[in-house]
Amino acid sequence: MTAVRPEAPGSDRYQGARERSRRNTLSAASRWFFLTAAALALLVLAVLAYDTISQGAGRLNLQFFTSYPSRFADQAGLRSSLIGSGWVLALTVVMAVPIAVGTAIWIEEFAPDNWFLTVIKLNLANLAGVPSIIYGVLGLAVFVRFAGMGPSILAGSLTLALMILPMTVIAAQEAIRQVPSGIRDGALALGATRWQAVRGQILPVALPGIVTGVILAIARAAGETASLIMIGAFTFIAFDNSRITDDFTTLPIQIYNWTTRPQEAFRANAAAAIIVLMVIVLAFNLIATIVRNRFRRFR
Amino acid sequence: MTQPHIDTPATPHWRPLSRSRASAATQGAVGAETDEITDAAIEAKEISLWYGSAQAIGDITLKIERHRVTALIGPSGCGKSTFLRCMNRMNDLIPSVRMTGELFLDDQNILDQSVDPVELRRVVGMVFQKPNPFPKSVYDNVAFGARINGYKGNYDELVQHALERAALWDEVKDKLHTSGLALSGGQQQRLCIARALAVNPQVILMDEPCSALDPIATQRIEDLMRELAEDYTIVVVTHNMQQAARVSDRTAFMLAREDRVGRLVEYGLTEQIFTAPRDQRTEAYITGRFG
Repeated sequence: MTAVRPEAPGSDRYQGARERSRRNTLSAASRWFFLTAAALALLVLAVLAYDTISQGAGRLNLQFFTSYPSRFADQAGLRSSLIGSGWVLALTVVMAVPIAVGTAIWIEEFAPDNWFLTVIKLNLANLAGVPSIIYGVLGLAVFVRFAGMGPSILAGSLTLALMILPMTVIAAQEAIRQVPSGIRDGALALGATRWQAVRGQILPVALPGIVTGVILAIARAAGETASLIMIGAFTFIAFDNSRITDDFTTLPIQIYNWTTRPQEAFRANAAAAIIVLMVIVLAFNLIATIVRNRFRRFR
Repeated sequence: MTQPHIDTPATPHWRPLSRSRASAATQGAVGAETDEITDAAIEAKEISLWYGSAQAIGDITLKIERHRVTALIGPSGCGKSTFLRCMNRMNDLIPSVRMTGELFLDDQNILDQSVDPVELRRVVGMVFQKPNPFPKSVYDNVAFGARINGYKGNYDELVQHALERAALWDEVKDKLHTSGLALSGGQQQRLCIARALAVNPQVILMDEPCSALDPIATQRIEDLMRELAEDYTIVVVTHNMQQAARVSDRTAFMLAREDRVGRLVEYGLTEQIFTAPRDQRTEAYITGRFG
């Protein structure tokens, strides 16, 4: 008899129609607020993109891609910086990815949970937040000067590899952690060793996430300027790179170079090069998205 | 159906230590002669386990009869899954776990440092609560265990045989190369059983294998457990007392008191446990007064 019963519908203890309509108004208003926030961000991007494209589109022709830099704006091109970027990125990936993925596997699957691991994890998180110019200082001191590599492709790649290492490790860790524990336990319960479980079941599932992280890191390295200027890659290159000991320049460095020139014509060159760089970075991001979706379909 | 003709994988260095078989059942509750287990596949002696400083199970002593189904029942948190995971040392994967006592599998103490848990887990298979097929084809799901254990026989025959033993072959023989995840929940769980069978274990541990399944799928797994008991020793943890009554030959009832340490309360023939429990707490639990 004394049991607590819910109030009957229409009871005046519930909020009335007026409060209800206020809740709905608030909900509708919040929707517009968030839409505006998103639209503002997109608008800024669109304005920047329009400004760049309108300035640079006219310079985008075959000559622009096949010419070396020049002191004449209309004869200058991206040939050496594209080749330099290709070399540096390829070498960076070759050096950073195995170490990053190996580190992530070790942390997630093998490492004993002790203070040493805590220190490593904390350091990784911190290193991922270090400004790239600091990596440039490190590269200059260690690779260029101490190891005597000079401002070479090798020194640049090592510097960029160090820079993308922490974020690649963290992305790979994240991908491995997303693998359901049932898969790990299932493999181990069949008598798999740790490595067999990793190699046979965990890595295949984590691979799309790892690849996505790697591609995003490459995109970051492709746009990297400060640390490479720091190690001395701010040079005039009028030949095709063929050795990792060569001096080099990259796309973002070339853009920076052109924007520092007083002549108006070089601004157009810079804008055109920015378009090229944006397309490249967008392409990397697109590939990352495709890889992720494609693998997800097979699950 | 004939005996499984699954070959033992490459290096069966499963060498029983020459150690005398321990004496008869020591658990106080199990006294009657008819209860006596003469052919034990597994014998636990005073198994205790701690997660860090918190004790989870205490002094569990019991024998598990060969080629029978043994059910572990009890309310949540009574340590029955933890005890089950002692038998294939899955608890070793949790860093803070510490165990004492002895656990004999065919006269070898599997808690001994010299025993490689990787080799042990091939001999003591496990089926989990939630069906966990690998995100690979049905075929690769079954073949994986054999591959990692260096099986050198015919894989097509092995896969077919394991799937037949798991009563799944007829349903999947035309889709061996589709994803294991495309199967229904009950089929997935039978795939996991087939996967365990393909490495030719002696013991199969099942941790609430039907709790995620509908009644029809549950019944098929229960039938399968009865069939498999002809060739394998099966230990099943279940929350479902009707299931324990239906499938098991023997039932162990575990309970944790205020100290949260899971202990064995009563162990005996399933019929006796469910019709004439000797302990009041067992009776209270099986009649649904708590748990």
